[in-house]
Parts: sequence; structure tokens; C-alpha cells
Amino acid sequence: MDLLTISTAGSVDDGKSTLIGRLLYETDSLKTDQVEAIKRSSENKGFDFIDWSLATDGLIAEREQGITIDVANIYFTTEKRRFIIADTPGHVEYTRNMVTGSSHSDLSLILIDARKGVIEQTFRHYFITNLLKLKNIVVCINKMDLMGYDEQVYENIKKDFLDLQQKSGFVDQKITFIPISALFGDNVTEKSSQMTWYEGKPLLEHLEKTKRETDTVLPARLPVQYVIRPKKEAYLDYRGFAGKIASGSFKVGDEIVVLPTKRTSTIKAIEQYGKSIDEANADENITILLNDEIGVSRGNMIVKSDNIPTATKEVHAQVCWMHDRPLQNFGRYAIQHGVNTVQAKLLKIEETIDPISYAKADDVRELKMNEIGTVVFRTAAELFVDSYHSNPKNGAFIIIDLETNNTVGAGFIL
Amino acid sequence: MQNSHLKHLENEAIFIIREVAAQFNNPALMFSGGKDSIVLVHLAMKAFAPAAVPFPLLHVDTGHNFEEVITFRDKLVDDNNLKLNVAYVQELIDSGYLIEEKGKYASRNQHQIPTLLKAIEENKYDACIGGARRDEEKARAKERIFSVRDEFGQWNEKEQRPELFDMLNGKIGMGQNVRVFPISNWTELDVWEYIRQENIQIPNIYFAHNRDVFNRDGLIWPASDFINKAENEEVYETIVRFRTVGDMTCTAAVSSEASRLDDVIAEIASSDISERGARIDDKRSESAMETRKKIGYF
Repeated sequence: MDLLTISTAGSVDDGKSTLIGRLLYETDSLKTDQVEAIKRSSENKGFDFIDWSLATDGLIAEREQGITIDVANIYFTTEKRRFIIADTPGHVEYTRNMVTGSSHSDLSLILIDARKGVIEQTFRHYFITNLLKLKNIVVCINKMDLMGYDEQVYENIKKDFLDLQQKSGFVDQKITFIPISALFGDNVTEKSSQMTWYEGKPLLEHLEKTKRETDTVLPARLPVQYVIRPKKEAYLDYRGFAGKIASGSFKVGDEIVVLPTKRTSTIKAIEQYGKSIDEANADENITILLNDEIGVSRGNMIVKSDNIPTATKEVHAQVCWMHDRPLQNFGRYAIQHGVNTVQAKLLKIEETIDPISYAKADDVRELKMNEIGTVVFRTAAELFVDSYHSNPKNGAFIIIDLETNNTVGAGFIL
Repeated sequence: MQNSHLKHLENEAIFIIREVAAQFNNPALMFSGGKDSIVLVHLAMKAFAPAAVPFPLLHVDTGHNFEEVITFRDKLVDDNNLKLNVAYVQELIDSGYLIEEKGKYASRNQHQIPTLLKAIEENKYDACIGGARRDEEKARAKERIFSVRDEFGQWNEKEQRPELFDMLNGKIGMGQNVRVFPISNWTELDVWEYIRQENIQIPNIYFAHNRDVFNRDGLIWPASDFINKAENEEVYETIVRFRTVGDMTCTAAVSSEASRLDDVIAEIASSDISERGARIDDKRSESAMETRKKIGYF
């Protein structure tokens, strides 16, 4: 069974939590004691229906406000697949959570309230899925029950959304539209009897059948995470370079280059948790042993000689800012690219882009919370990067504010 | 054949454990003797093989232990050349820092918090690895992989750092430390299936056995000297097993004849009650877990 990770996006009250609650209930993912608690709670609040959003709205503050305020991870399984949903909030001020949730996902689920259609928030969510280059998008047009299950309502919203896609110019993307009622369960796990005009699959079936984007042939990149030196008699000369393969694959005998030293060698052995293997692929943790004794430390990168990433001290990237303290010229920052952390300073902000109007602005001095801009950083040491577009696993970084140690931004290398 | 989602979860967890060893000076692995922390130890041993695990286990011992769990713990440590530090709740009670709870619900559950915080301060641990999972409880669903705590151990859910891709920011200031949760994305069933796949040994109280128990509030409580029984609470012997293992005062048993791992897994897969449904400590209120987390619980 494989795993599909989904990030959701929606606005306040568009029924996202209700949809997830219903998915959990209808896939038998809620245990009896949880269902009982939700029913009891709904009754206590005087609702005449069961409020499935209570299954996900976890924190006390949320229960008080009746809205979701942070990323929550939700797990469920069907006979066909395992799912993780990163439930990300839809308020204007929480764009950073949407970027965070999307960075872990294979598919983005966007909710639209059928009464309201495509709104500002939809633009923002869609912009972020594009920033992260997510290729699978499902647009659920919810609350169809309140619009008399009218096909025309659905068609109009679909058209508005497709206009938006035109504007984005991201052609590799697959968008699927599904008219639903999360409250009454139409087209969630089963086809709606109210919307016979809809010929597509219900949501769950679509999620079960979506193909995961797997790496095609990407260049081999092993960021060295940890050097294993057993200091036991049997392993006196053992020096294993451990890390998770970011992209591509490695096999015994491959010619490699270590960055930044540019020293070359060949792979003597690949181990996985002490056992020898011949070959390993992206996302696997491996330990590489080399035929030559060369110095390698954490933050270095092992790559194959036939495809070497760009080594640079000047990073040109799209950045989403995630903190109240804005990005500015004299800030003290670090860039963490995979497991390599280096000091950085901002050289310039070239322009910002508005996720709603796509309007660009130059002559910008700082990047504020939730703003997205194109910037240039200078780093204290070289980074070994690919563009996010060509190799996402080696093209993203986070920005750390060295005054507070907080993670304050996300970068996508151009 | 390896299950592909277990492989994914294992890769993720081991990556996180290696990040802890690389980014922190003095980490520890919080070990309770429960299945989740046993899985963590197994993952840590794999992460650094053929080298030794480069950090100690830390057990916060309430003194109200299942004997089987302590025997298991000591054997695990001996067999695998691990280091073990134990922080005793009893010591803090004896020295007057903590006061024993009274009444029939008396438990040392709350006492684990100051005991843990004292151990962190004294040993200068900058990162503590724990076995919490996001599927366990609503407040845990929002926990980060690297969860930064202040010197009071407080969790501030509004000030959490965003975690993007697999990049973990472990930078902290003086007095701060980090709780790390490598198996955040595992479900209860994943843990059990992984135990089966890897043939990991676990304490025998997870399997059906005869035990003296009594009924209270619809749950089956293990009888022990640590629990103040009311006069009308009759002790009887029956076949039970434990689904989660805390100390004796906060862990209820379930009626079960599952004596082999396959039976246990089948039982959990079809179970109608959530895992923490058998945790007496969570029943105190709807937000019991969140309230405890804010003051430094795991």
C-alpha cells in the first residue's frame, strides 16, 4: 500500500473541516468513542446535524472560535491507500501555514463555497500550489446543497477557476473539479443522487486513484547528514557518509564528486542500517563508503561525476516570508538548504508579486509576513543547488533569523 | 516483502534521529518502556549502525511500574550496550519538591513533568526524543517534529516554527531545548506492523495474560498497591492485555485473548475504541492533553 499526502486549502467556513470529518467517518477512521464524543458535542451545542468539523478542530482556541488555526495532520486508510491530510488554515494571515502544508504534499485539495465562488482566498491558495509546483489539484465545490445542486453554479465556478489557470501559465498541472456537499455527503465517498449530471468520480475514489508524481530521471544528490565512525576494533577504518538521497540514485562502483572539495572517488559500498545493498534511490537513507580516503563532513554533497549541481554563494530565489519581523537588508540570517546551514545576507529584493492580482512591484525595501518576492542572498559558503523547477528536492531552502532562531521564510531557487 | 508505507515512515524517522545527533550537543531519548519508545530505540540503533547509539535513554520513573517493563528495559539496555539514565519521581517526593496526590484517583502522572524538567536541566539535555504520534490525540496532531520548549518546558502552539519539506531547524537559545518526535506521522497500526516486520521484542504485558484487576468507571484497572481502591471495588482475576503502557495508575487493561502478535494486530485493526480511550490520564477533561503539554508534558 502506498501513501498519498494531501494538503487542503480553504477559507473560513467553507466546510473544510466538515469535509475531512466526513471522510474520516465514512472510511471508518473514527472510533466509536470519538464518534460518540462528536455526536454528544453537537447535541450540546444545539445543532440539528452532526458537526464533523469537531473531529479535526483540535486546540482549545479553535474550539472557542470554531475555526482551524494551525496545520493539523490527519491520518486515514482505505483498502487501497494510506492518506495523510495536512489541514492548513485558510485565513488571510496564515499563508505561511499553507506553504508549509503544501511542502509535504503530493496533491492539493482546494475548497470553494458554491455560494461565493472563486474569491481572493482561492487565488492565494492556487498561487501557492503553483509556487510549490504541485501537479495534482482537486477543486471541491462545496455546499452544493445550498445552491439546489445546480449544474450551472458548478460550471460557472469551474470556468472562473480555469481562467485563473490560464493566467498562471503552469501547464503541467492536472485540475479535477468535483461538486460536493460535505454536510450531507454528496460525492464525498459515494456518487451523489442529487447531482446525476456530474459524470466524474466521487472525491475518495479520485484520491485513491491519483497517480503520485514520482521522480523521473533526476540527477543524483546525497546531502551528507552524518559521518558514522564506530570507534570499535572491528571497524577501525570505517568512515560511512550517511544521508537521505535527495534525488536520483546511486550504485556501487559509481564515480562520485564531493562538494565543495571537488575530490573524486568511487563508491566502495552502500549500506542501509549496517546491511550492504547494491543500489539505492531517492528518499532512501544510505551510508556510502568510498574507495579513497577523502575528507567529507556534514553539509557536503556527494553527486555523480556526470551531473554536478551549481555551486554558488549568490542565491537567486522566490521567497515566501513567514514572520512578523520583515526580511530586510541588515538582518542576520542563515539559509538551511537540506542539511547544510550557512550564514546569509540579503543583497536585494528584485520585486514582489501579488498572489491575487499578479501585479509586480519593484523598489521594495522589505518583505513582510505572507509576501512573496524574488530576492538575492549572498552566503558565507557555497551552496550546491538545482533550480526548484528542475529538481525540487535540491532547489528549496528555509531562512532562519539568527536573532530569534525562528524559521522565517521559505525559498525556491530560480 | 517490505511494506512501502512502512519504509517511507522508517526513512523519515531515521532521518530525523540523525538530524538530532548532528544538530545537538547533548540529546537523550525519552524511554517509557512502552511500544512507541521501544520502536524509537530500534530506529536509533539502525540509524547509527554499525556505530553505537550516540545518546542515552532517559526514563522518568514514577515508581509505579509494571515489573515486567523494568525487567524488559534493563535487558534491552544490557543486550545492546545502551546508556540509561533514570529520573525518579520518588526522589522528588522524598526531598519534598513534590507532594503525593490523595484519594482514589491518586496518580504520579503529573509528577513526571517536574521530574523530567529537572532531569533536562541537570543533565543539560538540549534535545529529548519522544515517541508521541500525531494520531494519538487532537492536541498532538498539531505538534511539530522539532518542538522548541522554554526553560519551563512550555509548548506554545502559536509560536511554533513552520517545518517545510524535510528541513529541521534545531537552532535554540540559552535555556531552550527541543522535544523531537520522529514517529509523528505513524499511526498505532503502523507501529504494530513495524514491530512485526522488524521482529522487535516488546514487554509481555502487551499480550493476553492472567492478571488481578478491578472495574472502575467502565475501565479495567490493574490491581496494585499503588492504587487506592474503594471498598466496593472487588479484585478479580481475568485475561487481559495492555494496549498502551504508562505507569500502573494511569493505564487501563483491555479484555483480550490475543496472545500472539498477529492476534494483537488483528484486534487493533478492528478495534472500536481509540488507543488513548484506555488512558485514564486523558479522561480528566476534553483538553487534558493540551493543558498538560503547555506545562511541559511530552
